[in-house]
Amino acid sequence: MVPASFYLILSAVLFTLGVVGVLVRRNALVMLMSVELMLNAVNLTLITYSRFLESIEGQIFVLLVMAVAAAEVAVGLSIIVSLYRHKETTDVDEINLLKG
Amino acid sequence: MLDYAWLIPLFPLVGVLINAALGRWLSRRVVGIIASLAVAASFVVASLVFSAMLGLPAETDASGNGRERIIPIFTWIVSGSFGVHVSILLDQLSILMALVVTGVSTLIHVYSTAYVEKEEYHNRYFTWLNLFVFMMLVLVLSDNFLSMYVGWEGVGLCSYLLISYWFDKESAAEAGKKAFLVNRVGDLSFALGIMLIFATFGSLAFQDVFPAATAILPATATAVALLLFLGATAKSAQIPLYVWLPDAMEGPTPVSALIHAATMVTAGVYMVARCHTIFEASTSALNWVVWIGTLTAFFAATIALVQKDFKRILAYSTISQLGYMFLGVGVGAYAAGIFHLTTHAFFKALLFLCAGSVVHALSGELDIFKMGGLRKKMPWTFATFLVGVLALSGLPLFSGFFSKDEILFDAFEHGALVPWLLSVITAGLTAFYAFRLLFVAFYGQSRLDKKTERHVHEAPKRMLAPMVILAVLAVVGGYIGLPDFLRLGNAVDGFLEPVFADSTLALPPVEAGATEVGLMAVSVLAAVVGFLAAYWIYVRNWGLGARLTSNARWLYDLLDNKYYVDEAYMEAIVNPLRSLGAFLADVVEERGIDAAVEGLARLVGLAGEGLRRLQTGLVRNYALAMLIGAVAILAYVLVRSVLGL
Repeated sequence: MVPASFYLILSAVLFTLGVVGVLVRRNALVMLMSVELMLNAVNLTLITYSRFLESIEGQIFVLLVMAVAAAEVAVGLSIIVSLYRHKETTDVDEINLLKG
Repeated sequence: MLDYAWLIPLFPLVGVLINAALGRWLSRRVVGIIASLAVAASFVVASLVFSAMLGLPAETDASGNGRERIIPIFTWIVSGSFGVHVSILLDQLSILMALVVTGVSTLIHVYSTAYVEKEEYHNRYFTWLNLFVFMMLVLVLSDNFLSMYVGWEGVGLCSYLLISYWFDKESAAEAGKKAFLVNRVGDLSFALGIMLIFATFGSLAFQDVFPAATAILPATATAVALLLFLGATAKSAQIPLYVWLPDAMEGPTPVSALIHAATMVTAGVYMVARCHTIFEASTSALNWVVWIGTLTAFFAATIALVQKDFKRILAYSTISQLGYMFLGVGVGAYAAGIFHLTTHAFFKALLFLCAGSVVHALSGELDIFKMGGLRKKMPWTFATFLVGVLALSGLPLFSGFFSKDEILFDAFEHGALVPWLLSVITAGLTAFYAFRLLFVAFYGQSRLDKKTERHVHEAPKRMLAPMVILAVLAVVGGYIGLPDFLRLGNAVDGFLEPVFADSTLALPPVEAGATEVGLMAVSVLAAVVGFLAAYWIYVRNWGLGARLTSNARWLYDLLDNKYYVDEAYMEAIVNPLRSLGAFLADVVEERGIDAAVEGLARLVGLAGEGLRRLQTGLVRNYALAMLIGAVAILAYVLVRSVLGL
C-alpha cells in the first residue's frame, strides 16, 4: 500500500507548481494551464482522501470540480481570444489599462 | 375704540407688503397713493383712539376704566421662565407719540409723491418709508423691552436703507454704512441693558419692570440706565455717537425730514421718558442725561454757525434741539421734553421740507452761499421757512418758544443752573444760525449760476400743502403747552401727567410768575440778540462775515471741520479696527486657517499618491496579493488550532 502522504505531497507539489506558474508566467494561456494544474492537484487530494477514508463523497466532489473546470476553461479561453483580438498579444503584462 | 389700537401699526405694514410685492408692476402714482393712504389711515385711527381716550377719565378708577390699556397681540417666546408676550401699551404717552409719528409721516408721504416723481425704484422708496413708520409705531406702542428693541433696530435699518437710497453714489453708500455702524454700537449697548434688565427683574415687560425699579440697587439701576442711554445717544444723535446724522443728509430730503428730524431721532427721548422710573432709581444717570444733552446742544449749535450746506445746518440744529429734549427729561420734566419733541417735529420737518423745495428748484444745489434772493422766486417756500425759523429760534408766540421755555424754566427750577445758562446761550446761537440760513439763502442778491437760475420755480402744490400745514402747526402747536403762570392750564402736562405720576422729580405748580417771566425774558433776549447779529452780518454788512472769519481763522476752521471729531474717530477707532481686520484676514485667515484646511486636503492627497502605487494594473501582482492574503489566513487558522485556542 502506498502511504497517503505520498499522494498528498504530490498534490501539494502540483498545487505549488500551479501557483508559481500563475504568478511567474506572462503568457495568458500558460496561466490558464497553471490554474488547471491547481485544480487537478486539488482533485488528487480529494481522490486520495476518498480512498483512504472509504468515502465516495470525495469522488463525487471531483466530478463536480471537473465540470466547473471545463466551464471555466471555456469562458477563460473566450476571454483570452477576445483579448487577443483587441491587443494582438497574450502577454498579460500588456493588459494594464487599470494602472493607477 | 381703544381696543382697535392694533390697527395703528397694521396699516403701514399692509402698505409695505403691497408695495414690496406688487410695487414693480404698479404705476408710480399708485405706489405713492397706497403708501400715503396707509399712513393716513393709521393717523385717522390714532386720532379716533385719542379722542376716545379724552372721553375717558384721566385717572384709572376702581372699575378699571381709564385711558391706559394693554392690548395683547400674540405670544412670541415661551421658554422656561422667560416669556415675551407682545402687546400694545396704549397710554397717553404712546398715543401722543403715535399721533406725531403718523401725522407728520402722512404729510411727508404726500410731499414725497411729488419729490420723488422722477425717480426710479419708486416702490423701494415708499416700501421702506412705510416700513419705517411701522417700525416706529412698534417702538412707541410696545409694552416690553424686546419688541421696543425690534422697533429700535427696525427704524435703524430703514434709516440705513433710505440714506443710501441712491446707492450708486459713493458718498450716500458710505453715509448709510456709517449710520448703521454707529447705531450698531448704540444698539449693542441697548441690548446689554435689556439683558441686565432681564437678569435683574426676570421679565422684560414694562408693567413688571417699572414698578419694581425702586426696589433694586442704585448701582444696578445706574448700569441699566446708562447702557440704555448710550443706545439713545446713538439713535438720537447725542455726544458721542451723533456723527452719523450730518452724513445722513445724503438721503432724499423727505427722508431727512421724517426720520432724522421728526421721528426716529426722538426715539431716545421717548425711551428715557418711558423708562423714567429706572433712571430715577439711579443716583447719577439723569445727571449724565442732563449734561450730555446740554453739552451736545451747545456743541452742535456752534458747529451749525459756520456750515455752508443747507441741510447740514438743519442736521446740526436737530442734534442741538435733541440736546434740549434730553435736558428736559434729564431734570425730570418729562412732559416738557415730549412737548418740545412734538413742536420740534413740526417745525424741523417743515424746515427740511422747505430745504427739499429749494433743492428741488435748484436741481440739487445745497451751498447757501451759492443761493440768494430766493425770497422773490419762491415766495411760499420763503414764507413757510420763515415760520419754521421763528419757531426754531424760540421767538414768542411760536410753538418752539413755549416748549423750549418750559424746558429752560424746569431746568432752572430743578437747580441745574449751569445747564440752564449754557442752554440760554445755545438759544442765542440757535437764533443766529437759523436766521443766518434764512438771510443767506433767501435774501440779498442772487448768487445762483445762470443755468440753475433759469429753472428756479416754486414747489408744486403736493409739496407746498404739507409745508403750509406744518407751518400752521408750528405756530399754533405751542398753545397746547401754555406756561403755568398764565393759569390757563398746560394741556400737554395735564394729559401726560398720569404717565409720570410715579416720578419723584415732579415740581409743584408755580404760584407767582415772576421767576418764570424773568427767565422767559432772558431766553427771548438771547434769541433776539442772535437774530440781530445775523441780520447785522448777513443783511446789513455783507462782507462782515468774511472779515470776521479771516480774523479768527483758527476758530472758523475748528468749527467748519466739526472739531475734527470724525477724523479723531477715524484715527482712534476705525483705522485700528481696519488694521485688525486686515491682519485677521491676511495672516490668521490665509496663513492660519486656510493653511490648516488646505494642509489637511494635501495630506489626504499624499496618502492617495502613496496608495496609488498599489494599482499597477498587472494581473500577476493582484494574483500575488490574493495568494499572500490566503496564506495569511491559513497560517492564522493553523496556528490557532495548533496552539489549541
